[in-house]
Formats: sequence, C-alpha cells, structure tokens
Amino acid sequence: MTVTRPPIIHPLWLRLMHWANALAFLLLLTSGWRIYNASPFWPFRIPGDLTLGGWLGGALLWHFAAMWLLVGNGILYLTVNLFSGRLMRRFLPVRPLTLLAECLAALRGKLNHQDPAHYNQVQRMAYLFAMVDLVVLVLSGLVLWKSVQFSGLRELLGGYENARRIHFVAMTGGFAFLLVHLLMTLLFPVTLRSMLRGR
Amino acid sequence: MSRLIRPHGGLSLRDQVALLRESRALLEQPSRRQFLRGAVTLGGLSLLTGCSVTDGASAEQLLEKVSRLNDQAQGWLFDPERLAPTYAEAEITRPFPFNAFYDRDSIQTVAEDDWELELSGMIRNTRAWSINELRALPQQEQITRHICVEGWSAIGRWGGVRFSDFLQRIGADTTAKYVGFKCFDDYYTSIDMATALHPQTLLTLTYDGQPLPPEYGHPVKLRMPTKLGYKNPKYIEAMFVTNAYPGGYWEDMGYNWFGGS
Ligand code: HEM
Repeated sequence: MTVTRPPIIHPLWLRLMHWANALAFLLLLTSGWRIYNASPFWPFRIPGDLTLGGWLGGALLWHFAAMWLLVGNGILYLTVNLFSGRLMRRFLPVRPLTLLAECLAALRGKLNHQDPAHYNQVQRMAYLFAMVDLVVLVLSGLVLWKSVQFSGLRELLGGYENARRIHFVAMTGGFAFLLVHLLMTLLFPVTLRSMLRGR
Repeated sequence: MSRLIRPHGGLSLRDQVALLRESRALLEQPSRRQFLRGAVTLGGLSLLTGCSVTDGASAEQLLEKVSRLNDQAQGWLFDPERLAPTYAEAEITRPFPFNAFYDRDSIQTVAEDDWELELSGMIRNTRAWSINELRALPQQEQITRHICVEGWSAIGRWGGVRFSDFLQRIGADTTAKYVGFKCFDDYYTSIDMATALHPQTLLTLTYDGQPLPPEYGHPVKLRMPTKLGYKNPKYIEAMFVTNAYPGGYWEDMGYNWFGGS
C-alpha cells in the first residue's frame, strides 16, 4: 500500500526563518515598548506588564541583541526569496480588484483559504506589507542607534527626532499586522500546521 | 541624555510623577537580575520556559556578551572624521533639560578655587589643572544635539577646550585604549581613545556662553556629540588614561559601554 503524502508547502529553511523572525520581532516589540516608556513622545505609555526587560537597561540589552537576529535573518530571507524567484511566484502579482473582492469576501467570512500551496491576494498584500514595514523599522532603527554614523539615512528620514516617530509608526504597523496574522492563524489552523511541519 | 529617567518638556504631571517613580524604583534596586522581569508575563515568550534562554543567569550572560559585541560593532562603525550635525542658535532647546541619577535638589557644587582637574595613568605630565588654566587654553564652541539613552534629545551650546588638544598638551599616550573619568557626584565613566580624539569631543567649560552652571556639570564636563548622554561625564574631578577597562556607573549596571550615536 502506498501512502501519498501531501507535498511540502513550506520548506524547512522557510519555517526556521519564519519562527526566528517571529521570536526576534516579539523580543524587539516588547523591549521596544519599555524603551518608549522611558521617554514617551505621545501622551500615552505602554502597560509595564506587557514589556520586556524589567528596566530601561535590560530592555536595551534585549533590543540590541534581538536586532541582529531580525536583521541577519531578514537579509537572508529577502535574498533567498529574491534570487530564487520565490518572491515573484508566491507574492506577486497583487491584483487590486481581486484583492478588494477577497477583502469583501473575508468580511463576510468567505475568504478562500482552500489551496494552501498558494497565498490568496489578501495574504500576498499582508506579507508584502510586513516585509516593507520591517525594512522601514530597521532603517529608522539604524538612525536611532547611530544617528551620527548613518548621517545620510538620518537626513533621508528627516532627522533624529523624526526617525523616532517613523520607528514608532512602523512598529505600530508591524504590531497591527501581527494581530491580524494571529487572528487569521486562529481562523485557519491548518496553515499553522503547515508552517510547523511543512505540509 | 545622561543618566536617568528624568521628566522633561511636554509631559503631563501624572506622567512626570510616573517617570519619577520609575526612576526611584530603579535607584532602589539596580539589581542586574531584574531586567528579566517581565519575560515570564509574556505569553509568547513563556514558550521558551525550560529552555536556557529564560534561565536568568544564562540569558543575562548571553545579553552581556552581545553587548560586548555591540561595543566592537560600534567601534568599527565609528568614523573618526564624521562630524555630528551642528545647529543654529535659534534651534537651541530652552530650557535645556537637567538630567542625573538624582534630583535637581541634590546637585553638588564646588568652589572653583577649591577645584582641580587631577590627571593620572598613561600621561607624561600629570600635574593638576586649575579652572583658570583651562580657560586660558584655546577655546572652541559647538551647538549640537545631545541624545539621551531614553530616547529624547535636546540641542545645546557648549564651549571649551578641544579634548584632543588637551590630551596632546598633557602628553597622554593616545595609543592607549581608554580615558576614564571620576566625578565628585560619585559618577564615573570611560570612553574609547578614538572618540576621545574626535574633533567635536570637548572638555567643556561653558554652556550657552556662560561658565557651566551647576546643573550642567560645573565646573567641567566632557561633551561628545558622538555619544549618548550618560557617556558625557559632568562634575569631573579626575581623569586617567589606561589600557585596563574602567567601566562606568550605568555601564556596570547594564547600559552598553560604547554608547555611541
Ligand atoms: C508569533 C506568532 C506567529 C504565528 C503563529 C505565525 C503564523 C504564520 C503562519 C501559520 C503562516 C503560514 C500562512 C499560510 O501558509 O497560509 C505564516 C506566514 C508568514 N508570517 Fe507569520 N506568524 C507569527 C509571527 C509573524 C511575525 C511577527 C511576522 C512578521 C513581522 C510574520 C510574518 C509572516 C510572513 C511574511 C509569512 C509568509 C512567509 C513566506 O511564505 O515567505 N509572522 N505565519
């Protein structure tokens, strides 16, 4: 008797990178919130219990350690996707009309998530957004980290203080993506299985 | 910046109180272990429980190791010729925030006549300098942005002796690794030689054209627009050149040593 196993949807390298990225992002997000709390520039603070690090110095240690994981992993991920053609295959094209139709369908609870080997338009858009958002997060983060050394980037982002706001807004975008991403994973748990086991 | 969680412009009273409370808590228990608190409250991270990453001691060791690597990365990124941006008079932040590891009420002062800058370590001529002798040296001025480790920044105008000129004058061994500082408010810190020799590193005697006032470090501070505030010692009473890592007040509690910007 032959058992036909379903094909691999997410190769091992992708799964490893995805979970490394998720870990790095969560560490950066929660330690970043505590760093923000040390000197909030908008009239709110983030509840301390949601933050990582215990105090500013601890949060900074986590943040400046996890950034290497996020950046190293991210560069690898983008390089492999770009040069293997996977980026074109999996994420493009995004067709605005189909995207709109799928968004409306999703709101009615009828999102087509049947073919796990292909990302639907909403997913493509969401993942491309996450990639661009993380790039903006990293670039603005570099300016905050070494504003004198990355002078070109600093001027491009409108100076040190402006880069702080950009970093925060990009963080908010990434956090919003994560919330939707987690909700979708809850609604379609089969995708989680494939992101864990590959098929 | 320097040193602690201190309120400044644009915060509501409630925020200021909250900030103050946080800084008190920090003062009361600078336990290096406590930075891990919060790790367990995170649903996502509790996944890691049982694995060595949430084991307090080894996480701390790992983070400290990465922080040392970050020192090296910053030393490597540091361009001795690249200047921090300078600003116009009109852009100066007024009032410039006071910041230390204690409240404004606890600022210590010293009579200029009773003060001397003591020198030691790998320096040829270690005689002490009075404030008037320092004032007699060629002076420089800069309007630069001071960036605090907490994230806020403020633009100020500082004047004094270019530090590399001073190091040369006293015959400091500039092949040494570190310059260390001791302050009479019990603060201490140290910097790398490359930054000590940077053209904008200033042995600072004035703020906004006036002798350095007590809140900004009277009589002498070291100003480096290429480093975060806590690396800029105020109230300096002694400095030394050495190859033995001298650490620093906040650095010994976990802030990154290089603290570049
Ligand atoms: C921490 C909890 C997370 C969970 C449970 C999770 C779950 C998943 C799952 C199940 C998929 C596969 C979707 C499918 O096959 O249809 C996926 C893909 C993806 N996730 Fe996550 N994720 C998490 C965090 C993150 C974070 C923090 C980011 C980025 C900020 C992220 C970015 C992505 C991207 C870009 C993809 C597409 C990967 C590719 O095919 O190249 N995820 N995630």
